[in-house]
Amino acid sequence: MTQRKISGIPATSPRIDQVGVEERCARFTSRSIKSTTKMQGLHMVLSMIDLTTLEGADTEGKIRQMCYKASHPHESIKGLPATAAVCVYPTMVGVAKKALQGTGVNVASVSTAFPSGQGPTEVKLADTKLALDFGADEIDMVISRGRFLQGEEQFVYDEIAMIKELCGKKARLKVILETGELGTLDRVRRASDIAIAAGADFIKTSTGKISPAATMPVTLVMLEAIRDHYFSTGEMVGMKPAGGISSAKSALHYLVMVKETLGEEWLNKDWFRFGASRLANDVIMQIAKQTTGNYQSGDYFSKD
Amino acid sequence: MARLEVLKTYKIFIGGKFPRTESGRYYSPRDKKGNLLANVCLCSRKDLRESVVAARSAFGGWSTRSAFNRSQILYRIAEMMEGRRTQFIDELIKQGATASAAKKEVDLAVDRLVYYSGWCDKFQQVFSSVNPVNSSHFNFSVPEPTGVVGLLADEKTSLAGLVSGIAALVAGGNTVIALASESKPLCAVTFSEVIATSDVPGGVINILTGSKKELLEHFGSHMDINAVVYQGNSNEELSQLRSLASNNVKRISSYDKDWMDTAQQDPYFIMDAQEIKTTWHPIENIGSEGSGY
Repeated sequence: MTQRKISGIPATSPRIDQVGVEERCARFTSRSIKSTTKMQGLHMVLSMIDLTTLEGADTEGKIRQMCYKASHPHESIKGLPATAAVCVYPTMVGVAKKALQGTGVNVASVSTAFPSGQGPTEVKLADTKLALDFGADEIDMVISRGRFLQGEEQFVYDEIAMIKELCGKKARLKVILETGELGTLDRVRRASDIAIAAGADFIKTSTGKISPAATMPVTLVMLEAIRDHYFSTGEMVGMKPAGGISSAKSALHYLVMVKETLGEEWLNKDWFRFGASRLANDVIMQIAKQTTGNYQSGDYFSKD
Repeated sequence: MARLEVLKTYKIFIGGKFPRTESGRYYSPRDKKGNLLANVCLCSRKDLRESVVAARSAFGGWSTRSAFNRSQILYRIAEMMEGRRTQFIDELIKQGATASAAKKEVDLAVDRLVYYSGWCDKFQQVFSSVNPVNSSHFNFSVPEPTGVVGLLADEKTSLAGLVSGIAALVAGGNTVIALASESKPLCAVTFSEVIATSDVPGGVINILTGSKKELLEHFGSHMDINAVVYQGNSNEELSQLRSLASNNVKRISSYDKDWMDTAQQDPYFIMDAQEIKTTWHPIENIGSEGSGY
């Protein structure tokens, strides 16, 4: 993963054919994924999850509990991968870092006045610096949607670039567009292009605090932005749909979409992530179903 | 000009919606003379899985609803059913019942709903107890709903068995996945339309049609079904159900009853899908200290 050069905002972004995008997405859900392919897919999904808790009620105990779950998803099934990362508030990074020592699970921290992004730039920079000082491996920043909707694209671009500079080589930067607040797929595409141009390592759909969160059409538009960038520069950018993906089945549909839009190079935790809290359990339950033959109950799987 | 008859599509009932089976399969039950009754969904194990998900998410809300409100809703089902008497009677006759037997069965089904509606806010008091204990504790036992319950409905009756089973289960605060009579499924589907218009929250009652032979093992093995009520008399089916149920110590109740008998209703049918919770609550030892109050 080499550092990318930062280029300016592209003058225009392509218009999105909404009907076409929705139709294409409907096709992804009609693939038949069974038996060994399904098992492989489920393991892959589990290894790509950013296990997330972003609640006002988060306590250090809850974070430690979740970190244990991330590194040991379900002890009674052998050979399960750990999740890719945990995603927490900056103040919890230290706790998570300590809990995950030696497990290979990364700690991602949200920052820049998450979730609204309505804070002065200085606060956002300080927020990010704090998370980095605590040892965050990944930074999930939010863009200033208000500014973006006002047409101040340069402001949004500069903010992302500043945070990127702060992250340097220490942490990979995920840029949350909060697509639920952008309104149209055209704006999603535009925001994706700006974030990519400003140096995002990942682009991410949502904070999980706004509905709708991640949807397949929105994710497809963002994947296409990544693909176009790859074709014109040869640089890869990662993708993270977050929020609202809670069933293993829909997660597999997302994998199909990634494979058919970007290709197999993206099908690993370095380039694709799921931001989710409930998804992990459903995936584990599906794996248990495939192993034992019986449909499973949530009563027998840890909640956090 | 002759009018083309508009035939009803017999669908299944999951989570308050009327989907067709996920499998796309159907079967064609016939009456005694061999005439086609209807093409009916032949449900797969995935339909059962979907129903369990719906029933599980409905359980919290239904079981914590006030008993009085559950009673009102059961009564509402009876009201709605009363309004569709002729449709039920027609279907029963189509499935081979005589006119008088059909009328009797519909009346009985409506009355049974009213009967269990009455028990909703009473059985807990009747079956609860305050237990004498040898310490300064207030100790009491109360019945609480078991959870998600499967119902393998009576094969011989189309309506009486199904309604008796469902009414007793939901009166006690459980959520239900019922598999209708395989040979006489029409009334079950119409009953689900009654439920859909009776203030019953989506997912509390789910009704599937199809092969008992095919689905029985999945009712038995599903880890998220807490109990199964079996209406029938096949020892083979019952032992298969019991052995699979051991995986998650599912409660199995079996009844070989004549559901058309007006006497086949009592609160013990509710109690069979209840768990007894006993609670110890520390209190001041009044007896040894004289007057504490």
